[in-house]
Amino acid sequence: MKTIRTLGLGLLLAVFAFFMSLLFMGHYKLSSATFEHLITQNNISSQVFIKTMKNSSVDYDFSTPFYLANTVAEAVETANAYHKENKEWDQVIWSKPHSLAYQIVKSSGQGIVVQNKFLLWLLSFGLAIVGALLFMLPAINLKGPAGIKNNHIYHSSATNRGWIAWIVFAFLILFYLVLYFRPSYMINWIYIVDPISESLSGNPASQWFLYGFLYCVIMTLMAVRMYIKYRHNKYQTLRTTSVLFFQIVFAFLIPEILVRFEKPWYDFKNAFPLDYDFFFSWNLNELLESGGFGLFILVWGIVLTLVIVPVMVYFFGKRWYCSWVCGCGGLAETLGDPYRQLSSKSLFSWKVERWLVHGVLVFALVMTGLTLYGYFSETYKVLGIKVQTLQDVYGFLIGSIFAGVIGTGFYPIFGNRVWCRFGCPLAAYMGVIQRFKSRFRITTNGGQCISCGNCSTYCEQGIDVRAYAQKGENIVRASCVGCGICSAVCPRGVLKLENGPEEGRIGSPTLLLGNEMDLMDQLQDK
Amino acid sequence: MEHIAIIGNGISGITAARHIRKRSNKKITVISSETDYFFSRTALMYVYMGHMKFKHTQPYEDWFWKKNDITLKKGFVKQIDTAQKNLIFSNGEQLSFDKLIIATGSKPNKFGWPGQDLKGVVSLYHKQDLDAIETYAPNNSVCKRAVIVGGGLIGIELAEMFHSRHIPVTFLVREQSYWSSILPSGESAMITHEIKKNGIDLRLESNLKQINSDANGTVKSIVIEETGEEIECDIVGLTAGVSPNIGFLEQSSIETNRGVLVDRNLQTNIKDIYAIGDCAEQRTAMEGRKSIEAVWYTGRIMGETVAQTICSKETPYTPGHWFNSAKFFDIEYQTYGWVNSEKHKKPNESNFHWMHPDQNKCLTFAFDKTSKLFLGINTFGIRMRHEIFNRWLNQNKTIDYVLEHLEIAHFDPEFYNTYYSEVLKKYNSENTKTLRLKPKSWSQIFTLKS
Repeated sequence: MKTIRTLGLGLLLAVFAFFMSLLFMGHYKLSSATFEHLITQNNISSQVFIKTMKNSSVDYDFSTPFYLANTVAEAVETANAYHKENKEWDQVIWSKPHSLAYQIVKSSGQGIVVQNKFLLWLLSFGLAIVGALLFMLPAINLKGPAGIKNNHIYHSSATNRGWIAWIVFAFLILFYLVLYFRPSYMINWIYIVDPISESLSGNPASQWFLYGFLYCVIMTLMAVRMYIKYRHNKYQTLRTTSVLFFQIVFAFLIPEILVRFEKPWYDFKNAFPLDYDFFFSWNLNELLESGGFGLFILVWGIVLTLVIVPVMVYFFGKRWYCSWVCGCGGLAETLGDPYRQLSSKSLFSWKVERWLVHGVLVFALVMTGLTLYGYFSETYKVLGIKVQTLQDVYGFLIGSIFAGVIGTGFYPIFGNRVWCRFGCPLAAYMGVIQRFKSRFRITTNGGQCISCGNCSTYCEQGIDVRAYAQKGENIVRASCVGCGICSAVCPRGVLKLENGPEEGRIGSPTLLLGNEMDLMDQLQDK
Repeated sequence: MEHIAIIGNGISGITAARHIRKRSNKKITVISSETDYFFSRTALMYVYMGHMKFKHTQPYEDWFWKKNDITLKKGFVKQIDTAQKNLIFSNGEQLSFDKLIIATGSKPNKFGWPGQDLKGVVSLYHKQDLDAIETYAPNNSVCKRAVIVGGGLIGIELAEMFHSRHIPVTFLVREQSYWSSILPSGESAMITHEIKKNGIDLRLESNLKQINSDANGTVKSIVIEETGEEIECDIVGLTAGVSPNIGFLEQSSIETNRGVLVDRNLQTNIKDIYAIGDCAEQRTAMEGRKSIEAVWYTGRIMGETVAQTICSKETPYTPGHWFNSAKFFDIEYQTYGWVNSEKHKKPNESNFHWMHPDQNKCLTFAFDKTSKLFLGINTFGIRMRHEIFNRWLNQNKTIDYVLEHLEIAHFDPEFYNTYYSEVLKKYNSENTKTLRLKPKSWSQIFTLKS
């Protein structure tokens, strides 16, 4: 068993090295025909750009995608600087330099990678899946009988902020930076998922397709780990199945298939304000132009946020979304599970959390409000602020940096729910409802708590669960996503997630810590 | 301002300090020679197993004490001058008090075994024990085998700890089945099986004869009394129970027996001096209970009680119905009321026992043979609601009532299977009855006011 595990790890590392080396394979040649086509497609009229490109790039052979991408981006910037100086506004290229670079690089690949997409997919994704399974499956036997086996989590450098954690951290940060800001650098990874994308939507893959596909593969593999680790716990296995289902079907398959039928790409479970660009004018226009189906999406999106979300939170707590449906939550509960103990439990973090997460919610609402005002009054400037600028700032700071780079990149350092706890505006919205108007609570089982601290340690949201449990109080907190791990790791059966009557949900009832006087009070109460 | 000194920063002492602070602005000093801050003793095992770091066992952040104006003092009290109301520390320092709470807890029992003080002989009670275990048993190449002596709750925790580091464990248990002096036989057999299933070399009906030393005064091996077998090992865990840690009181005028003798208000023979927790011994034991109860919950309840008395609301110690819990490897255990082992069973006590076919869950109900009054429950592998059983015990419900309403006492996580209809079926067939499960409702569980 141990040998199989080592073998799996070896294979995984080898495939990872190969996957990284893929980035440097192949060569890149932008033919003049392709160039002309892209120029027309993007409505580029800048002669400066076209001339620079013809001199530096078109029909040249590049050995890496990085050099070609940078050359294109530079050409865009030089041309724009020239046009802006001469106030030739109609010639300025409005696409972001690296978005255009991505399009050009994607159309220029030559050689080994573009010719062997499927084979290279098998050698990378295929073998990685095999390696991961070989590594994980023996845990059924190696880690002993079913039950909570958190042994050595704080002895391992991967899960205790050791050197492995820092390497993973650096890799994740780099991955997200490249994904958001230099997608052409990972062009070869995108090529190898082209066949899958084409079979689903009919289009070649984009970096977002690669990301979505990778997301599903990683979630599935780490869900296998969850099934093994929590095979004694039905709440955990059902919850894992649910997040996996919603990610694969709702966030990945349905949107791709919609595109195949020339409908707008839409993730039906992604609720505003997490889906922050739902009310952006380009999205509203696209939906309104897509006929009855677009209108349906528009109505659904509004009903989801204003009716379904609050009603569900009332009955089940925000867990119905955060740890059963959401994609961000899904990754956190699978890939992020080994890191849940790293979230800070200090009172200071709780203060930061409240300011930050509600701040983001306010930012999202103000931005959306101004956007809608601008949309209906057909102006691009509201209260002296350019709506576009506000959207760009939000998209960059919150959408990319906070949710992606920090949200996932910091898994190995600050735990798996950094985004959900400190940044997600939808979580903030649901948190307010959960705190003040919901049937959900974590019930403390009378006086059984021994203050051991397993619950607090393994709370991914940094809630000091023990502080409530040892006083016999129920846990009612805005940030609780109801993952149920506190209850799972409790050695004395003290915690239970449940939806009950609102009455007596919050506060410190005269609960029996064992002292008879309190009990008498309580009995007289009945 | 009145000065309350508390010796001991365990659960009893700290609970007392917190509740005195809640109710008053008296000056409070908590003295400990063990650690700077309060930590949860019960969690030491998880630190060794790597589930937690030591700091996670501390329920309050370090700023908490200053913010609540509770002075923490590290030091060892050598003597108490009761006449002058003065504490004398081992370094000669002195501290005067107006009221004193002794909450010094327990120390592990040693029964005069040859070699019991060798290097590598440990227990699992203090922070220092954890440090020693880490030193003598860091892994299975330094520590080739561990031997544990004593078949109680600490012994099995220690076994699980060594097992987590793949150190082979030999576990010497005096009884013929694990914890059979407390558990009814079916349960004891189930846990015995669980221990063996985890690969522990369990030796029943085995006593320790002696511990042998190597040339450096470190543990080398142990010898079993009954068979004379010598077992080589690098660490020995002594877990044969605990007794009150009151050695420092020998010279004082505070009356002691096994523990510090206290009245129902937890006061010792000397006015303004109280004793709580593991080290306190009731002068007259309460009905059905022992005069010393070294468990977490009673320590906490005593802390709460004494705080009220000290804050001018004289309150007798009335701990309510007995409850406790533990975990044996992967099997959780909870108990409410009294279920006695065959050895300690009262003449009028009858048991009803149900076991899941997988032998990892079972329930035992104790009830009065004639009146059918429900007396208590042991539950293994199934979580049950404390509040509900407490209520049923208060309301003198019968065993029939309890079995019919078991659904409302269910506390396992959502979606877990329930077995109460099978339990009831077995009871019906054993007693030729036709009881039926009553549907559960929230109002029964939470006793809503409306």
